[in-house]
Amino acid sequence: MNGLVMTALSPAIQQFETDYAAARKSALRINLVSTVIFAICFFAAASMGGFFDMTDVTLSNGDRVSMWKIWAGLPRLGEYLYKTLPVLHWETLGADLANWFWRWKVWLQLLLETILIAYLATLLGVVGAFLLSFPASRNLAPNAFVLNLTRRYLEIVRTVPELVWALIFVFCFGVGPLAGVLAIGLHATGALGKLYSEANENADMRPVEGIKASGGSWFDQIRYGIVPQVVPNIISYTLLRFEINVRASSIIGFVGAGGLGQEIRVAMSLQEYTDLSALFLLIFVTVIIMDTVSENVRHRIIGLTGKGV
Amino acid sequence: MLVVEKLSKVFGDLTAVDAVSLAIPKGQMVGVIGRSGAGKSTFLRMINRLTDPTIGTIIYEDREITALKGRDLRLWRASCAMIFQQFNLVERMDVLTNVMVGRIAHTGFTRSMMRSFTDEDRARAIQALDRLDLVPQALQRAGTLSGGQQQRVAIAKALVQNPRIMLADEPIASLDPANATRVMEALREINRTDGLTVLVNLHTLDTARAYCDRIIAMRDGKVRFDGTPEALTNDTVRSIYGTEDLAGEFDEAVTSTSLNSNSLQQAKQAIGA
Repeated sequence: MNGLVMTALSPAIQQFETDYAAARKSALRINLVSTVIFAICFFAAASMGGFFDMTDVTLSNGDRVSMWKIWAGLPRLGEYLYKTLPVLHWETLGADLANWFWRWKVWLQLLLETILIAYLATLLGVVGAFLLSFPASRNLAPNAFVLNLTRRYLEIVRTVPELVWALIFVFCFGVGPLAGVLAIGLHATGALGKLYSEANENADMRPVEGIKASGGSWFDQIRYGIVPQVVPNIISYTLLRFEINVRASSIIGFVGAGGLGQEIRVAMSLQEYTDLSALFLLIFVTVIIMDTVSENVRHRIIGLTGKGV
Repeated sequence: MLVVEKLSKVFGDLTAVDAVSLAIPKGQMVGVIGRSGAGKSTFLRMINRLTDPTIGTIIYEDREITALKGRDLRLWRASCAMIFQQFNLVERMDVLTNVMVGRIAHTGFTRSMMRSFTDEDRARAIQALDRLDLVPQALQRAGTLSGGQQQRVAIAKALVQNPRIMLADEPIASLDPANATRVMEALREINRTDGLTVLVNLHTLDTARAYCDRIIAMRDGKVRFDGTPEALTNDTVRSIYGTEDLAGEFDEAVTSTSLNSNSLQQAKQAIGA
């Protein structure tokens, strides 16, 4: 036996052992209770969401059986996707591709429009969100009224989906990309404003106090105390938002607000399955390119901002 | 002359500063000592109006500082420069701009937002940096400097504010002894050369003794001692720090950050080093 075990435990250590055992026990109990609560919530949500719904299916031997909808429906997903695959032969590849992307001139033009909508909307969103994020930050707001006013505004504009804003703006400004820019820009203001203000709230307040102590106004405190700290975050969030806006602007054409969406809608309603896969591929490739470029830009800018902004 | 009358600050149930009345003549170097939570920081912050007093008045040369608002308040803050324990610089910005920010109260809105300071402000800033031997670091990011250098940047920033009073809240608490000495020397030099009133919170007693003309000791928000360093006896120190329960001598060398403290030398002699 080694000496450590032989030594009588001091009262403080014995007390610790008792406390430790109690702490372990209560941690285990909390774990168990939270697991059960989580499981109950999961099953409740899943059954309300129709996960356990049954449906009748005819099997190949003619029997009618009842089975879970999700199992019955899965093969149909494959069926749909299979329909969108174009028929390509190696010998006639060029002609087949040309056939697949038969409207490429229109599509490329609309793709450009899609990207421009996203770009302009992001710009609008950034300006609005940047200005509003400071009064919407708990640590910077001049008073509770301004804080709540800007927060509620940001909440409202981001709670309403882009598609709904697009419907409203198409009604106001007519069919076309203008409605799309305003719709996505407004939604982006709300989403970015929330993220920016969270970045502001995580900022170190010591420099702000340093500026205040030198006689800086509220604007000076923000300009020098907060902005240099949050710029890398702002750039990150903005580029991420740009990618999201490219996806959004490829959908809002559904309601006539410009971009590729109108083609997707036509292809869906006319059941032109191969057109759908071609359009999806275009958007997919665009998003991948955006993603790569934005990541590079982000890293470069964050490196550069070392000199201060 | 800075006059404080019955100044109090209450945070909820806690009275951080309790009816403090003092007069500080121009050009004095005053050390404020006391244990953590004695109200030293709150007292200094109220003078700069970073914290508003609950009751009481501060008067500087017949102006009631506690009544200032808006632009007048910002100009007062500029003329009553504050140095912090954690330096409070904008770490992602270069040293020169950090110092030019000391001119912010005198810079218009557009210029401030565009970060375009006048040539005169830049000249003042670089001169202040030169005085503190920091010109080679002028274009570096403030965050890349050592603690001692950052604190001297903060002093340079305070200098370009062209202040009449300099407040320093535990300026050397985060620094090693060599840097602490440089910072204290810089504060004393400013006090002697420019004739500025300096109020400095310290938690090392020997530093206060070495550098200050006058020591104010606080405990539980009240002033318990106000006088020259010589008048501060061991018994007074014990009552201020609440070490009555500690047996034996209260040894200043234990908490010392000074490089050549007397008691440290005595200790060295005693062990024959």
